[in-house]
Amino acid sequence: MLQAVREKTAACVQCGYCLPSCPTYRVTGQETHSPRGRIHLVKMAAEGRLPTAAIADPLDLCLACRACETACPSGVEYGQIHAAARRAIAAAPEPPLARGVRRLIFRSILPYPRRLSLIANGLWAYQKSGIRRLVRRWKLLDKLPGQLGQWEQILPDLPAPHRRRLPDHVSDKGGRKTPRPSAPAEPAMPDGPGKVGLFHGCIMEVLYHRVNRLSMELLARCGYEVHLLAGQTCCGALHAHNGDDDLAVRLAKRNIEAAERAGVDWIVGNAGGCGAHMPESPALFAGDPAWQARAQAFADKVRDISQLLWEAKRPQAKTLPVAVTYQPSCHLAHVQKVTDAPRKLIQSIPGIRYREIPHPELCCGSAGVYNLLHFDTAMQIVALKTANLRDMQVSYVVTSNPGCQLQMQMGIRREGLSSSIRVVHLVELLAEAWGIDVPS
Amino acid sequence: MNYGQLDNDKLLELRAIVADHRHLLSSPADRHSYSYDASYGTFLPDLVVQPVSAAEIAGIMKWANRHRIPVYPRGQASNLSGGSLPVYGGVVLDLTRMNDKLEIVPEDLIAVVSPGVLTAHIHRAAAAYGLMYPPDPSSAAISTIGGNLAENSGGPRGLKYGVTKDYVIGLEIVTPQGEIVRTGGRTVKNVTGYDLTRLIVGSEGTLGIITEATLRLIPKPPAAATLMAVFDDLVHAGQAITRILTSGILPSKLEIMDQESIRAVESYRPGGLPVDAEAILLIEVDGHPAAVADEIRQAGEFCRRYGARSVHIPEDAAAAEKYWQIRKYVSPAIARIKPTKISEDATVPRSQIPAMFAKLKAIREKYRIHLVVFGHAGDGNLHPNILCDERDADEMKRVAAAVREIFAAAVELGGTLSGEHGIGLMKAPFMEMELGEAGLDLMRRIKAAWDPNHILNPGKIFPEPGQKWVLERA
Repeated sequence: MLQAVREKTAACVQCGYCLPSCPTYRVTGQETHSPRGRIHLVKMAAEGRLPTAAIADPLDLCLACRACETACPSGVEYGQIHAAARRAIAAAPEPPLARGVRRLIFRSILPYPRRLSLIANGLWAYQKSGIRRLVRRWKLLDKLPGQLGQWEQILPDLPAPHRRRLPDHVSDKGGRKTPRPSAPAEPAMPDGPGKVGLFHGCIMEVLYHRVNRLSMELLARCGYEVHLLAGQTCCGALHAHNGDDDLAVRLAKRNIEAAERAGVDWIVGNAGGCGAHMPESPALFAGDPAWQARAQAFADKVRDISQLLWEAKRPQAKTLPVAVTYQPSCHLAHVQKVTDAPRKLIQSIPGIRYREIPHPELCCGSAGVYNLLHFDTAMQIVALKTANLRDMQVSYVVTSNPGCQLQMQMGIRREGLSSSIRVVHLVELLAEAWGIDVPS
Repeated sequence: MNYGQLDNDKLLELRAIVADHRHLLSSPADRHSYSYDASYGTFLPDLVVQPVSAAEIAGIMKWANRHRIPVYPRGQASNLSGGSLPVYGGVVLDLTRMNDKLEIVPEDLIAVVSPGVLTAHIHRAAAAYGLMYPPDPSSAAISTIGGNLAENSGGPRGLKYGVTKDYVIGLEIVTPQGEIVRTGGRTVKNVTGYDLTRLIVGSEGTLGIITEATLRLIPKPPAAATLMAVFDDLVHAGQAITRILTSGILPSKLEIMDQESIRAVESYRPGGLPVDAEAILLIEVDGHPAAVADEIRQAGEFCRRYGARSVHIPEDAAAAEKYWQIRKYVSPAIARIKPTKISEDATVPRSQIPAMFAKLKAIREKYRIHLVVFGHAGDGNLHPNILCDERDADEMKRVAAAVREIFAAAVELGGTLSGEHGIGLMKAPFMEMELGEAGLDLMRRIKAAWDPNHILNPGKIFPEPGQKWVLERA
């Protein structure tokens, strides 16, 4: 099973340049939990010198943030080595709790928009009715495993079910956009910057519905013709990273079909993780040239929202006299290699005092469901980040991925900074500066 | 050598010495993760220990000496000569947790550091006081100072500023028998007794384990300037180097890239490098701004006079950084050529650089190997790198023969096996070639006096009877 990546592990010359970029190496101080160590372990397993089960823990503790790929001078394809190893490990037994949690979330929830929507309704009801107050008063969540109580506290307030709908001017049928009710700052150009389909994600659509709505508004304000990709589903990144290739393939096919039906120029994402996985989808179709070609056409159209906004003619922003830092999404920075556009967009807002966070390349510890499965390590990693925030005197931390947003929120709460620092998605910051809001 | 086996009783004893049991790593994954360094070959240790203090290390060494367990000190294992490989099994002593001390004392122009501190962090801390710690191995961002001291690391600045040994004035070490000893002190001048500091630095972890070092700092030069000169003829580049170095100019860096390395960089990061040129020289001078401006102009003049096709002097520091980036790309660029990279550092007297280049060219052709040459031309420290595939037995045979000949060529020209990477495991079989029988024997006797049971980093520097050279093991 690992034979296919044996060749890729050979590209590592073990120079060690990746070590400082690895969050788990930094918090554990053990080579076993470094990129160089993991690559070597996969190589040993591929050569039959170690059983696959022996490398499960180190590969499991990897965030798959891929900062090591940016640091690597030799171009080692760590992401593919890691994914292959996770596939091999998935075939071997693992602790029942971790497997149960992953299977429930990945297989039974993420691929089903209606189930996600039901969960959103449930969470909304929980937050709005008196149940949350009672639960918190009686500290019921502290009795649950997986530190759920701590997560519950930082969840954003969800919109009511009847408010979770598309903006009036966005079509979900793949047809033409109807004119915006309020006049846009820039009239849509006849040969405008392009027709874009928003990829709204699975978790993103539940927890950050507002960010999705704002994304569409911002794109429309910049002259794009905005569509929702009808029939889209979860991107499948978490499945691919955790060795569930079959489901990853099925999800990719549905998204490719959705994009083909919509006939858009760009598929735009606002979650770094999804945006990184989708361009890599051709690799899922090795041995199936027809689907591979369709996946490639799909992959070539994927852009992060920051890229499209930066390239377009943007509306005049109002002054925001605040100090801001940016915590990049790893998959946006290290996989999509989008590093300038978000920073330039932030700095284009008048009055903003932009401060670069130390070691922006270092993962915050969110990494999909990593912070649920490896809570303690994830909290040590986020503490590396938040320790710097106090001295930086910023009032906003801008993120570009929903997982990072939750994780930074958690880190800031644990650091006792919740009252002075807000965590926002880049889209929310821009909307504030451009005077755009959506009902919530 | 007969070594003791790590059994349960010995482990229990060790658990009483190492306070935090999370610092004892023994799972198969852990052992495999400490079985390599940045050179060639893997050896499985029985146990990895991550000590946090000199006292803990002293306890570990007494235990190891009592039970004849081999111990191999290690930093972040970026070394290129196999110096930290656990060739006889036993215990790998990972010193990276000892990184708590990094004190700059500007009044005394010194830094006091723990062995696990990264070299780049010392550079940064010194710069905050307008000071400089000159040794700058290219791995400074990831190498620990303990590793630099053990290997006596160099780097491009060696030409003007010397190497690690020139900046160490005091050490705290743990001996193989578990005593804690201090050598030297905090003064530049110190002639009390034997200079054990100099003996330890570059001893590759065979005589003692460095647990603290006092380093000398110098004021940071206020200005620097860079030039890049392109040559159609490698010999002319060599003549230009000699002319510059005898003209009264002492560059802070003087680097050379051969045609193979120029081509590799150009295909790795295309930027319009002249792929038909035989050599590129990169020169940096530093010092007073007026002197720097004059010297870089003169150096450019010499290059032109000796046949440089073109000479480029960047306008500002940012543009200069781009030129140095080209040099930094060489290593990663050539690593993409083939999976196995054998990085040598044979060094010759400056005047022999053109002769060494000629010999390397002959070796490349004779053994049909992929040989790339670049390096610190100013101090004669070249880096012949062989790109090969360890799974190709026939190729590896030719590579082994070629490496042998590279060593012989360097020694013949009055040079040395290793300028800065160390002997470690990779070059141990060739020690006698350079040192002679009596010279090598004297070193063996020093080793035996310090480490009578040969438990500290065995298998390094000295060839063992019947030891097979790493490249010829397969």
